[in-house]
Amino acid sequence: MPKETAVPLHAIISDSRDDILKEWIKAQLDDTSRSQAVPDASIKASSTEFFKLFERAISNGNISDIDRSEWEEVRHMLSDLSASRATQGSTPSETARFIFSMKQPLFARLTKDKSGPDAGAAVWELSLLLDKLGLYTTETFQKTRESIIKRQQKEMMEMSTPVIKVWDGLLAVPLIGTLDSARTQIVMETLLQKIIDTGSKLAILDITGVPTVDTQTAQHLMKTVSATRLMGAECIISGIRPQIAQTIVHLGIDINDIVTKASMADAIKEALARGGWTFEKQAENN
Amino acid sequence: MAPVLLVTQDLRTEDDLVHMRAAVKMHASDLGFSSLNQTKIMTAASELGRNTIEHGLGGLVIIEHLREPERNGIRLTFKDEGPGIHDHALALSDGYTSKKGLGLGLSGSKRLMDEFDLISPPGTVITVVKWM
Ligand SMILES: Nc1ncnc2c1ncn2[C@@H]1O[C@H](COP(=O)(O)OP(=O)(O)OP(=O)(O)O)[C@@H](O)[C@H]1O
Ligand SMILES: [Mg+2]
Repeated sequence: MPKETAVPLHAIISDSRDDILKEWIKAQLDDTSRSQAVPDASIKASSTEFFKLFERAISNGNISDIDRSEWEEVRHMLSDLSASRATQGSTPSETARFIFSMKQPLFARLTKDKSGPDAGAAVWELSLLLDKLGLYTTETFQKTRESIIKRQQKEMMEMSTPVIKVWDGLLAVPLIGTLDSARTQIVMETLLQKIIDTGSKLAILDITGVPTVDTQTAQHLMKTVSATRLMGAECIISGIRPQIAQTIVHLGIDINDIVTKASMADAIKEALARGGWTFEKQAENN
Repeated sequence: MAPVLLVTQDLRTEDDLVHMRAAVKMHASDLGFSSLNQTKIMTAASELGRNTIEHGLGGLVIIEHLREPERNGIRLTFKDEGPGIHDHALALSDGYTSKKGLGLGLSGSKRLMDEFDLISPPGTVITVVKWM
């Protein structure tokens, strides 16, 4: 059974609704640690809206279990609010303060209008309730953030491994960053697909932007080269800096059956020569 | 002079490896290692750190600055409480792998660094040093 206090909590809150709301909004606007990500008008609007739902929910007498249906609207609104604030660039603590800044104005009313031993208990109960709502807000915020990060990681991964058509039958893949398994998988898939789409016979993998080549990176490169061969195309690896070349030798990795070139320019020259292209600079005619 | 502790870091995930490599690179370059030696240290760290995760079931790395009157160095210690390495000579031979690696991580790191020390089992503790 939900606990009934002498003067119901919701009655006290409804009685001074306007004051509480005003003080709560003021507390939020005055907060010096605010990041300005959320405009004043939106703080006012969401506070007013939230307070309406909050009042309705507590009037049911259940202030301990926010998972129950009478709190559904409140939860819903908090989810939307946290999610939109997460996308707007608010901080998690800033978002949690939306709820926590309600404490002061609410508690002031409880202790003022309800002197006696009950006041302490009511403040305690309400405090637990607000903590739960605050936690709920932070959790939703966190979830939204995580899904944003996941999406961005995926986008970045795809963006950072473009397969470029350099010439008829010649592709180039500038690799930048760590070549881990997930990354290799994406590179390999996009490269093989592009080989089919363009009917290319040669691909240049440029590793200028890869910070270290260890045994795993080497294995990934070799895997990509073999897969390309299975498609009937050849690979040239370019951009092997002198430090990396020496390190590979010390590690003992054997890349003798892979064609390597110091720079992308050298690789392109080699590739075009193999394709039967010859170039010469036009004589300047003046 | 006593070694200076620069970093200790957990090694559990691929992301931890990325962080560790960045930390190793930063400290090695701060201490004044050449670009070639930075690359060697980073690569050895990458190998040993990945072994800690893949074979040692996770552990940690300690990065220290060694100070001697005549020389400066960097020491990396990798520790885990995994199954351990029972046959040191076998594990250190080129091409030996119990999974499907190239089997060059241990022997390669030994070649890339100046000192290499392996204590195992129980667990595995590998210490490598590069002098400037
Ligand atoms: N921390 C460790 N704990 C337990 N066993 C290890 C550890 N480190 C290495 N080993 C054993 O030593 C073997 C050789 O290690 P090494 O790093 O040389 O090769 P690898 O990891 O199998 O392949 P890679 O060339 O990709 O590194 C491993 O296959 C493993 O059996
Ligand atoms: Mg290894």
